[in-house]
Amino acid sequence: MEGFLQALSQHTFLQTAVAAALLSSIGCGVMGTYVVVKRIAFIAGGIAHSVLGGMGAAVYFGFNPIYGALPAAIVAALLIGWVRLNWRTQEDTLISALWAIGMAIGVLFIAKAPGYQADLMSYLFGNILLVPSESLWLMVTLDAMLLAIVAAYHRQFLAVVFDEEFARQRGIPVGFFYLLLLVLVAVTVVLMIQVVGLILVLALLTLPAAVAGHYVHSIGRMMLIATLLGAGLSIGGLALSYGPDLPSGPTIILLAGVVYVLSALLAQGLHRRRARLAAERGAGQGESREP
Amino acid sequence: MTTVIEIRSLNFAYGSVPTLSDIDLQVTEGEFLGIVGPNAGGKSTLLKLILGLLQPQSGSLRVLGRSPRAASRMLGYVPQYPSFPRDFPITVEQVVLLGRLGFGQEGGLWRALRPSRTSSDDRDAVRGALEEVEAGDICKRQIGSLSGGQLQRVLLARALVSEPRVLILDEPTANIDQRLEGEIFDLLKTLNRRMTILVVSHDVAFISRYVSRVACINRTLVCHHTDAVDGAVIAELYGDKVRMIAHSH
Repeated sequence: MEGFLQALSQHTFLQTAVAAALLSSIGCGVMGTYVVVKRIAFIAGGIAHSVLGGMGAAVYFGFNPIYGALPAAIVAALLIGWVRLNWRTQEDTLISALWAIGMAIGVLFIAKAPGYQADLMSYLFGNILLVPSESLWLMVTLDAMLLAIVAAYHRQFLAVVFDEEFARQRGIPVGFFYLLLLVLVAVTVVLMIQVVGLILVLALLTLPAAVAGHYVHSIGRMMLIATLLGAGLSIGGLALSYGPDLPSGPTIILLAGVVYVLSALLAQGLHRRRARLAAERGAGQGESREP
Repeated sequence: MTTVIEIRSLNFAYGSVPTLSDIDLQVTEGEFLGIVGPNAGGKSTLLKLILGLLQPQSGSLRVLGRSPRAASRMLGYVPQYPSFPRDFPITVEQVVLLGRLGFGQEGGLWRALRPSRTSSDDRDAVRGALEEVEAGDICKRQIGSLSGGQLQRVLLARALVSEPRVLILDEPTANIDQRLEGEIFDLLKTLNRRMTILVVSHDVAFISRYVSRVACINRTLVCHHTDAVDGAVIAELYGDKVRMIAHSH
């Protein structure tokens, strides 16, 4: 750990990596909370994986992959959202199809990319140490946009994630806000792909919010805690991976997984204890009423 | 008397299954209309058509002189089953506050897309609605910690907080015990002094003590004044194997 801190003060690439981790954790906390409470992790997974199509195309035509990822993520979000709103009966089949088709397109593009063969592994599993510093500005812009939209529409988003039918009856354009929410999830996925890659993104999107949900019971607090937790997990994972020279993405995810499992066990234990105390209190009252 | 809901020769089918055929119904302001009928007879479907949540295949349907979609913000709706997960991280107060969305909003999409903030009027309305349904003391509770009866009151408060002109309830007492059922209907009777009420129920004998008219739906619709609901009507509606409980008005 000391080695990591020392290296952090010396190397700009590590400082960039930490900045990227912090910036992606904002999206992870805010949108991850919506993904968890609305139970759309599968949809988020579909968006994340089909992004490879856009990244592959960008590589093929010689752009920074991130500029291919962003439009691909948004198109995938709109397609999947449209499927969900209109073909509910076959939702899972169609999302799986889009998931796989996006990846297939990406792999074909990358295979046929001229010149230097891009490292497929770093798209799939991320390499936070390779985040170029100019990507940080894109991340700042996307974070700012995301926070502004959520601040403006948090009531509508809450209505749509809580109870779509009631939201529709109140005259809220549910389709519009649902698609907007998915587009923001897509933007978050792009932010986080640089940190952990598109296969592992799902874990970092959902686990911090799920851990927060074990202890707090409001969307706002979940977002705050999930953001802090996401930042801590990404930087912690990065620090752990630095010494033994492990890939950072999988280390971060493994750390998040361990924290989640421990937290789930702890939350379960606390829940049982509360129930037992309540039952004992109830039994005590019963006795005192006896003549 | 103003007509608040006007339905003429309405037909609706889910897929190829006709659910409602040739429905005619007029509801005037201030009515307390009970809607009864067997399961899958189309009761909930009729409510959803009135609320603009479903579109009829043919026939006309006007609510407060407008299309159901345009009028839906002026209605209050209490669904039969809560259409949200019970473990959702939200308090009673926040649930009722969502009922204020779209309140006082006239006009089209641009209005609906305007960011809205919670005003002090909204907070007052939430407090008022919760007190009216006698749930003021649970406003900070998590929705998942409520009993069936408490949840039903909260859903009623969520519908009332937008000051609706028509209150529409789908089996509001299906999941709670009989004493609470009476309390809820007494409350509805009070509310009926200032708004029109439509309530779906499977218990024709019970609701006929409260409502002014009963609409019987089993794909088609027949209306009765409550005095006229007798064994013959019920037998026609449900078949004769219904156990009757005598009641007087």
